[in-house]
Amino acid sequence: MSEKNLIEVRDLRQTFSGQEILRGVNLDIPRGETMVLLGQSGGGKSVFLRHLIGLIRPLSGSIRIDGEEISHLNERELEPIRRKIGMLFQDGALFDSMTVFENVAFPLREKGERKESVLRKKVAQALELVSLQGQEEKMPVNLSGGMRKRAALARAIISEPACILYDEPTAGLDPIVSDTINRLIRRLQTHLKVTSIVVTHDMISTNHVADHVALLREGRIHFNGTLSELHSSKDPVLRDFIDGRSHEID
Amino acid sequence: MKFPYSFPVTRAFCTYLGQTALLAGETFNSIFAGRIRFKLVLRQIVEIGFGSQAVVIITGGFTGAVFTAQTFFQFNALNMSSAVGPVVSVALCRELGPVLTALMVAGRVGAAMSAEIGTMKVTEQIDALRALAVNPVDYLVVPRAVAMMISMPLLVGECLFFGILASYFVAIRLLNVGSVYFLHNMWTYTHGKDIVMAMTKGYVFALLIVFVACNQGLSTTNGAVGVGRSTTDAVVISSLCILIGNFFLTMALNIVFPAGVH
Repeated sequence: MSEKNLIEVRDLRQTFSGQEILRGVNLDIPRGETMVLLGQSGGGKSVFLRHLIGLIRPLSGSIRIDGEEISHLNERELEPIRRKIGMLFQDGALFDSMTVFENVAFPLREKGERKESVLRKKVAQALELVSLQGQEEKMPVNLSGGMRKRAALARAIISEPACILYDEPTAGLDPIVSDTINRLIRRLQTHLKVTSIVVTHDMISTNHVADHVALLREGRIHFNGTLSELHSSKDPVLRDFIDGRSHEID
Repeated sequence: MKFPYSFPVTRAFCTYLGQTALLAGETFNSIFAGRIRFKLVLRQIVEIGFGSQAVVIITGGFTGAVFTAQTFFQFNALNMSSAVGPVVSVALCRELGPVLTALMVAGRVGAAMSAEIGTMKVTEQIDALRALAVNPVDYLVVPRAVAMMISMPLLVGECLFFGILASYFVAIRLLNVGSVYFLHNMWTYTHGKDIVMAMTKGYVFALLIVFVACNQGLSTTNGAVGVGRSTTDAVVISSLCILIGNFFLTMALNIVFPAGVH
């Protein structure tokens, strides 16, 4: 495994109910950079992302995180790997029985931090980073979609992971909130040198945050390159995706 | 050998049993490894134990009262009204107390457990727990299992107490059974082993409810419809398990604690 890459995926395959979702995905994610994984809805992007944190066990293939093969690890063996990775779920997945403060403090409490003053300080810092200061005592049900995502992002970053996985971070958000999220992703990458993997089909978001771009098509990586290579490509599949053309007859 | 594996229902049943047994195994493994979150256990004891007080008291009290009345109506015709006390107390201890308490708890607590965990499952909160390196069994199932194991025997005891208390008032105040005969016969024919049997049943039923309900919750799919289905199934399956398990428990426990033998 190259030191340059934090994550290396080789020949990853997955099948659900007889349908092949991933048909041998090969992808390297360089340390400290942001990789955007593009693809159509239902194309297996989120499934791929979930493999990287061990939420789904691969049918076959290899996933190496920081040099460690994780595809054969059980739930308890995966825990140290998961502590290195933060994940932002599509709908936030905040714990709805807890306040925003309790949600964001959760990873720290799980790490053994018990001092209320330390928790308050760190939660306030994380919430400030996502522009949610003063919302500590609200319940997730009382937050808007964008606020829920930002609170979930604060929860994902509070324990300072080496890598953050974003599952459709801007889906369902208005352009202003989407821009806020994009800026946050960029800021985390430039300030904290976090390796990020962003699963999306939003080209505006891609243009904003990507260092590298990969396109997942029919269960395989169809394209893997830099943002400028993506835009200069003449590949009709890529052009259709970039320009948002469907070829379906009205 | 194709039979019985060729039948989808048999296969589904075996899969379900296997899943529940694995969950139980994993839970006990965590408990014996000391992965118990005491704060969550206390919260669950409040939810299960204190929250079920009213329903258990009313169930125990009115079951004791109506059973006393029916027993009296039959026994009085045979001039045996003084036997009402022991019949009611032994029946409450050995069968009615633990079974009815378990059925009420299955309806109240089992449904809530399944719905809560099921909702967490379909809204990715359980995946979020896993992504945060927290084992869902340790976080969700172990506290509920420990709380149920502590709460259920106490709830059964409470049901017995209020059942016998109600029986006493109905027999003495309403039906004019002699107080001395009632109490003397009840003390003579109700033994410690009857109470131990009640507690043992309560403990076993607690495990049945918690593992059925948590397994239903953890295997929930298909959004809100799935949560509704899981909740209903949790109550139905745990109630059936209690009623069927009660027969086998009675037969087994009667060997250890034989009825009517000093």
